[in-house]
Amino acid sequence: MKILVCISKTPDTTTKVSFTDNNTKFNSDRVQFIINPYDEWYALVRAIEIKEKSNAHVTIMNVGGADNDVIIRKALAIGGDDAVRIDAEADDAFFVADQIAQFLKTEPYDIVFVGKETIDYNGSQVGGMIAGLLDLSFISLASKLDVDGNTATLERDIPGGKEIVTVQTPFVVSASKGMAEARIPNMRGIMAARTKPVKVLPAFASERLTSIKQYALPKEKAGPKMIPSDNPEELVMLLHNEAKVI
Amino acid sequence: MSVLVFVEASEGKFKKPAFEAVTYGAKIAAMLGVETHALCIDEADEAELRSLGDYGANKLWFVKNELFKNFDPLVFSKVIIQAEAQTNSDVLVLIQSYNGKAIAPVLAAKLRAGLVSGALDLPRIENNSFLVKKNVFSGKASATYEMHSAKKIISLMPNSIIPEKTVNNVELVELKPEIADTDFKIKIKEVVKASGTTTLSDAEIVISGGRGLKGPENWAMLEEMANILGGATACSRPVADIHWRPHTEHVGQTGIAIRPNLYIAIGISGAIQHLAGVNGSKVMVVINKDPEAPFFKAADYGIVGDALEVVPKLNEAFRKFKLGN
Repeated sequence: MKILVCISKTPDTTTKVSFTDNNTKFNSDRVQFIINPYDEWYALVRAIEIKEKSNAHVTIMNVGGADNDVIIRKALAIGGDDAVRIDAEADDAFFVADQIAQFLKTEPYDIVFVGKETIDYNGSQVGGMIAGLLDLSFISLASKLDVDGNTATLERDIPGGKEIVTVQTPFVVSASKGMAEARIPNMRGIMAARTKPVKVLPAFASERLTSIKQYALPKEKAGPKMIPSDNPEELVMLLHNEAKVI
Repeated sequence: MSVLVFVEASEGKFKKPAFEAVTYGAKIAAMLGVETHALCIDEADEAELRSLGDYGANKLWFVKNELFKNFDPLVFSKVIIQAEAQTNSDVLVLIQSYNGKAIAPVLAAKLRAGLVSGALDLPRIENNSFLVKKNVFSGKASATYEMHSAKKIISLMPNSIIPEKTVNNVELVELKPEIADTDFKIKIKEVVKASGTTTLSDAEIVISGGRGLKGPENWAMLEEMANILGGATACSRPVADIHWRPHTEHVGQTGIAIRPNLYIAIGISGAIQHLAGVNGSKVMVVINKDPEAPFFKAADYGIVGDALEVVPKLNEAFRKFKLGN
């Protein structure tokens, strides 16, 4: 079985976000970049768990420049067998999905993993777009995945509960919380990752359908209205009369 | 040209996000001077379908087919594309719901349409640019996207606009897609649903607790508050990680992102990752014994005090208020 895990590079979760060039560019100065948590903690780790049980081959996929090799090596240290980096700027979901879809046309995989969304652009788009471009089944927001031969059983988040579904390979799955437990790469993994193959491919011809014109930071709040702890009635009145939410 | 809105019903009824989406679609249609079409694949009776007309849909396309109790984004996209072709739609609106998140990108790829997921506001059209605003960095900032494609898909974040009724006559048209059982490659084996309680992502009032509550046994008073106010309960990540509460209640950057009208955070310090999941709330109340808790900076109302002392008194006040109304 061949598994492709698509990873994205995102700012660390504790990043204080700011912008430059008149709020048109993300300020990456002194920002620590990581593998998008959904891609790493859930998608990648689950893929590795499947590999450990069933001898699957796990390839890491990333669309990005040479500075992404750091996160690619980390994914290999966690347990990926090899990696493919498509050398292009990942600035539009359709463009990224089209790169991966065109790669998959040349080299098919049985399961394509993505995280449920990236924590920077929160698009939740690339996985579904790959599926749409290749007419593959797409299971979104899956919190559990088991494979038995060509059949996979998944749990998918739905409002107020879960849906248990089955699907045949090949398919695309977006991983949400619960699919696996995050792993920390060990020294052996880190050493092994140094010599694992990372293939760099030139970008496929495609197009970008969206671009960001302007960023904005939320307005700073004036500070809360403080209510003495022995007067909860005042809070109730404010919520009713002023905020009008109860 | 027209605007096509894909709406979802739950157990035969439309919820607020459906009315928001139709209102949103109708406003875009008015901006472009075109008609508004709505498409519903879920089961809903005629009166329920007609109710979408009140929010500005000129024509409502419905599908009556038991097969669609299954969910497969490829098949749903196929039906939407059929409606899109019949209505000659250039702008498609979906809801940023669980199913909407699955369908919208598949649809976008098939139509080679730009997609903005989780739009917060009506698009702006400036010098022929089509601009849509959404949250980025998990709510730490917003971004205005320019859509370059001829077809445009917007999935609307629930609770972002207010549904507006208009006087309007809606025409109902049945759409009969050629879909067979074998088209559904994803088979539903079982549906597990918590019954009776308001789901967290739908709740307009959310009562959330953190480690300041000292133990899972103290959640009863939060559940009581949720009951009095008709809300849902939630928790911070540490609380879910130490199994005081189920992970399905974890709100934050790596949990569920919510946008209720009222968020009451009790005993939560307000780490940046937690704020990222709740900063879409309209009004935030923070109760914490530490006056320096960072959450107070993001709050609208604050009480400094021990949760175990403040909450029972607050519940009493809420109960009196509810009785008086």
